[in-house]
Order: sequence, then structure tokens, then C-alpha cells
Amino acid sequence: MPTKIEKDSVTGRETTGHEWDGIKELNTPLPKWWLYVFYACIAWAIGMFILYPSIPYGTGYFKGVLGYSQRRAVDAAVAEVAAQRQASMDKIAALSFADIRKDPALLEVALTDGRITFATNCQPCHGAGGAGRPGYPALAAGAWIWGGTLEDIQQTITHGIRSADPDARQSAMPRFGADGILKPDQIQAVADFVHAKFYGHPPLAADIAEGQKIFAENCAACHGDAGQGNPQMGAPRLASKVHLYGGSLETIVSQVTNPRMGVMPNWNTRLDPATIKALALYVHSLGGGQ
Amino acid sequence: MIKHQFFEKNAVFLLVGTLLTVAIGGIVEIVPLFTIETTVEHVQGMRPYTPLEMAGRDIYVREGCYLCHSQQIRALRDEVERYGHYSIAAESMYDHPFQWGSKRIGPDLARVGGKYSNDWQYAHLKNPQELVPESLMPHYAFLADTPLRLDDIQERMRTLRAVGVPYSDEDIAQASADIAAQANPTADTADLLKRYPKAVEVSAENGQPSEMDALVAYLQMLGTLVNFADTNTERLQQ
Repeated sequence: MPTKIEKDSVTGRETTGHEWDGIKELNTPLPKWWLYVFYACIAWAIGMFILYPSIPYGTGYFKGVLGYSQRRAVDAAVAEVAAQRQASMDKIAALSFADIRKDPALLEVALTDGRITFATNCQPCHGAGGAGRPGYPALAAGAWIWGGTLEDIQQTITHGIRSADPDARQSAMPRFGADGILKPDQIQAVADFVHAKFYGHPPLAADIAEGQKIFAENCAACHGDAGQGNPQMGAPRLASKVHLYGGSLETIVSQVTNPRMGVMPNWNTRLDPATIKALALYVHSLGGGQ
Repeated sequence: MIKHQFFEKNAVFLLVGTLLTVAIGGIVEIVPLFTIETTVEHVQGMRPYTPLEMAGRDIYVREGCYLCHSQQIRALRDEVERYGHYSIAAESMYDHPFQWGSKRIGPDLARVGGKYSNDWQYAHLKNPQELVPESLMPHYAFLADTPLRLDDIQERMRTLRAVGVPYSDEDIAQASADIAAQANPTADTADLLKRYPKAVEVSAENGQPSEMDALVAYLQMLGTLVNFADTNTERLQQ
């Protein structure tokens, strides 16, 4: 393997001096600008290795001369925005709902905070703008199951409904069909009564008196004689055009037979009290607040 | 200075030299793994997954949920504000393999446990667009119709134990009873909760757990185990 650098007669460039069976290799060095950028990157990397946490060893790692920690950095960043918000959030936490609403600037802050919190946490169930979905109450419609005052809403968000929180709102409609309290034809009769009397459809039965009697004996204690509901007990208003699970006769029969027990999580483990208050103000403002 | 001509002309030295070079690369990659334990924070609350959660996790992996959902809240302000406390290594200590993911076509799931009700999780898995109209997620209704495979649960637990998940003999012996307890909302869960605190009950129809029951049990546990109230960044710092 002779290593003789010579000039190539065709290109006029030098060869590397390597030769294999008469085939020679041209020497084409890297562009200078590329080479120096490459060296600069190496120098930069060494600098970063020294300044920031880098090399692991045995039971630890080199922590870097700057002592940087991303976790401390994020703590500081969160604390910084918390400090910016603190004045407003402290006021929201301390003032009553009435006082917050008297202060337009503060109310604006609360509603904005509430809107963003709602979009992240509440919208997947209650829908955009609180439009609701079958099984998830329409917040904008004013058909409150547990009451629609600001305090009621705050309580519901904080502790949830049938959630893991010991102070959660609890209500349990008896399983009239599944537990054999009413017979299927009685359920059909009472459903027909509710469908006709409260939802305003023509009744299937010639006489809804039977259904009315069953309603008075079994349902009126919670849902009220006129189907007006009872927010203290979480009994939905039946005399309404807004239905939690739907307005068809089949839905009523299904709900009386084996009621679904919707669950709302308690948010006190995820949101702080001031944010919950802001959220209550936002939910109240969607159109259904009392 | 050794010329490379020397190596090119002596095959044995070339072999030894190659081995040495590759060994250096190997050592640099492998040796830190022997001290991997030191990177796991000491926190309260982490426990191995219940048999039902473990089965749900296997379905999560099988269906490729990790392709669109990450399980890693990075230590960045906007992520901490949206999803909660940043993820720590201890939260993945019983994951084989971990589910950090690398893409967020859907939201991060590291702390989705308890955020929505069981009903929501079932309805959403069956038809995501019914609840989130703009969602791109495929439908997984078939999971509800597929009975969960129960015959190899104990074998899977033993396999996980072989790679370091501390399932006790009792845990493995009780696997079937634990699944039955967690999949039935009216069952007595005292024994289950003693060994697996914070396990969320799901409601299997006819007492026969489906794959969706397992998946919901797994999702409802995500991010809820570690108690962050009694720790802070300084104490998590290694």
C-alpha cells in the first residue's frame, strides 16, 4: 500500500495517497466553515456539561456549577404567576359572591379564570358553554338538580356528587323495578303519567289516574306533587322541558326501573377554593344561575 | 503512535481492539443502570397495580394508547398548571415498560384518575365524539363486549415479580378474588383496599369483567397514588 500523495491529472487536486489495485482516492477535505462550526459545537457541549447537571457516577451525578434544577425552575415559574394572580385570587377567596359582583374588574378576572378552568375540567362532561348531554346536566338551562345559587354551585363543585369526598352530595332514587317495589305495568303507568302530565305528550292509557296515584304514593315525596323537584334532596324537576337522560317514555321507564346514579368528582383535590369560587361565578353566568 | 496499518495487518489485534472499543460504549450505557434505584424518589403511596388495573394496563399497551397519549407531565409551567404536579420517576417504578409516550394527539393521562366519573370513562371509550365532538379518538366499544382474560392473571403477576414488582404470594393467590371485588360495586373491598389502597371500583355487568372494566379501573388509578401533600421539590431532589 504505497502512500504517495500526488496530483491528479484530471481534476488537478491532490490524492490521499491510498491506492487499491491502481484505484486512487481524491482528498476532498470538509469545508472550513463546517469544520469550525463542528469544533464550536464540541466546545459548547463541554461548556454545557460543566454548567448543567450531566455526568452520572456511582450513586449520584455531577450537578453542574450553576446548580440548575428543572423542578426548582418550574416551582419558581409557578410561584411567579401565582404571585401575579395572588392579589385578585385572595380577593376572590375573601369576598362574598355579592361583593365580587360589585367589583367589575374583579368579576372580569373571576369569569376569565372560571372560563379557562371550565374548558379544561368541566367541558368534557357538561359540554361547551354548559349545554349538557344525556346524563350530564345542562348548566346553561337552569334545570338545577342540587340548586343553582352561587353557594349551591360552589358546594357541588367543591365536594362533588356521589364522589369520594365524605361531604359529597348524596341522593339515591330507589330501584323501583330492579328491587321489585313496583310491578312492570305499574312502572309503565307512572311513566305514562309523567310523560303526559309533565312532558306534555298525549297519554297512551285512556286514564292516567292509576299512574297519578302511583306517582303520589311513590314519587311525589321527593319530586313534588307537581313534579317541581327538590334541590335539597337532589330530586330533579320533572315538570320541565330539560331532561337529564332524555324525554322519551322508554327513558322514564328505564330510569324508574333501575335509576342511573350519575357521579360528579369532587374538585377540592384538584382546584383551590378561590378557583372553585371563580368557576362557580362562571357556571352561574352561563344562563341558568339563580 | 500505533499506525492503523498495524491493526489492518494483524487480525487478532483488530479483533481485540474492536472488542475494547465496543466495550467502552457498552459500559457507558449499562453501568448507570446498576444504580437506577437511586433515581427513584422515596414517596408515600406508590403500590403495585391491582390485578384488574394490571390487566387494564396490558390492554392500554395492546391498543396502543401510548401512541396518542403521554403519561408524563413535564416540569414546565403550562403543563403543571393544566395537568397538575409534574410526574416523578417513582410513579413509573412498577411500569414494565413505562408509558411515558412521546406524542400528544390526545391529552396527557398521567393524572386522569378521578378527573371524570366512571360513567364518563365508559361512555367516552365507547364513543368519544358523543362527549367531545372535536375528538379524533377511535371507538373502543368492542372492549365492553370482550370478556377479560382471567386465566393468565397470576402468571402475569409472577412475570412482573420476576422483573421487580413486589407482588407477595398472598397478592398472587388472591388475584381472582381481588378482581371480583374491584369489578363489583357492591362487593366487600376491605381486603382489596388493605393491600391496594385507593383502588377504584368499576361495575362489571353480570359479574363478568370486560376488558373495558379493566381499562377504566386502570385509568381511574392513574396519578392518584402518590401523596404529594407531604413532599416537595427539595425532598424529591436526589
